[in-house]
Amino acid sequence: MKVMTLNFLTCAVKNCKSSNDSFPLHPKEAELAKDDIEINPQLLINVLPRIDWAALRTTSTELGFPTLPEQPPSPEDLQSDEALLKELHELLMETQMMEGKLVCGHCGHEYAVKNGVANFLLPSHLV
Amino acid sequence: MLPTPDTSHVPYQRVYEPAEDSFLLLDTLSSPSETAFLSSRFASPSPSSPSPAPLVLEVGPGSGVVIAFLTAHASTIFGSPHVLTTAIDVSPFACAATNLTVSKAVSENTSTSGFWTSATQGDLVSPFRPGSVDVLVFNPPYVPTPDLPAPPPTGLQALKEKTTFEEDSHLLELTYAGGRDGMETTDRLIEALPGVLSERGVAYILLCAQNKPEEVKGRIRVMGGEGKWKAETVGTSGKQAGWEKLQIVRVWR
Repeated sequence: MKVMTLNFLTCAVKNCKSSNDSFPLHPKEAELAKDDIEINPQLLINVLPRIDWAALRTTSTELGFPTLPEQPPSPEDLQSDEALLKELHELLMETQMMEGKLVCGHCGHEYAVKNGVANFLLPSHLV
Repeated sequence: MLPTPDTSHVPYQRVYEPAEDSFLLLDTLSSPSETAFLSSRFASPSPSSPSPAPLVLEVGPGSGVVIAFLTAHASTIFGSPHVLTTAIDVSPFACAATNLTVSKAVSENTSTSGFWTSATQGDLVSPFRPGSVDVLVFNPPYVPTPDLPAPPPTGLQALKEKTTFEEDSHLLELTYAGGRDGMETTDRLIEALPGVLSERGVAYILLCAQNKPEEVKGRIRVMGGEGKWKAETVGTSGKQAGWEKLQIVRVWR
């Protein structure tokens, strides 16, 4: 699963929806892979406005990537800072979590990631 | 006519094979009326003020034929290739098949493709953040059946090379069995729309005649009070269809 999806996935347990701690999910024992994708600055510029930047910073640090700046870059920043552009491209577009777990910060439930697919099916008592 | 994605790699003994319903979705979503609607809703007003890339989610992609089509032809359908696509399915086999179908379709249409973010295993929209989905597409299990099948066991993984006949049957049953009026799963999805769709969000849902589509549209139109939601039929299988008589309903605020 592309790391980008972590920016719109949350704990599936009903009771966790109202808590802020259920997003973002926390990767655990993550095995990562990197796809080779041509840099597309315009796509990144269009994607950034819908990214929760604070959550992305958390995810980035938790996966062992360098700390992202506190504020998201503007389109002009991205066009002039090639290093940042490459970093965001690699993190958001190229990096895949192949194995591991995604942990909810509120209820502690762990979702398994196997073969690049995260499994959010819940046992009936948690639905 | 935009080319249909290749799904020859998909194991049809346990994953839904594209059929009339799938093709109706492809035809409707790429029709002039819907491409005009989607392009005007999601395209950027100008290059200097980019519209945030929409997130397109297919619930229950099966083989992945529909989401692969939407991803591969994003420029044509949404007016821009700056589109994020994703999918969710209860079956790990459908997730694996979808990932492959989409990557094949994208590699054959690089100049018009959106960005595929991979398939997730799960129930309807349960793991998606509120307000995160801009376009939702759902070809439900719409056939009326006496009962709804149980969901697959949570531990069922696509890595399993040999599935039993019972496991395969169960997985296929999940692709079509809709319980009472064929609406038990669809109704759950409709209830979840106000929470998961963004302000500009739109959903496309396939219904058959036995789902009582006029009643379904009526229920949608009063969700959260009168006049908040719109529901219109934007595609039908018409008189040429077999006994199922299908239609696509567009739902939006």
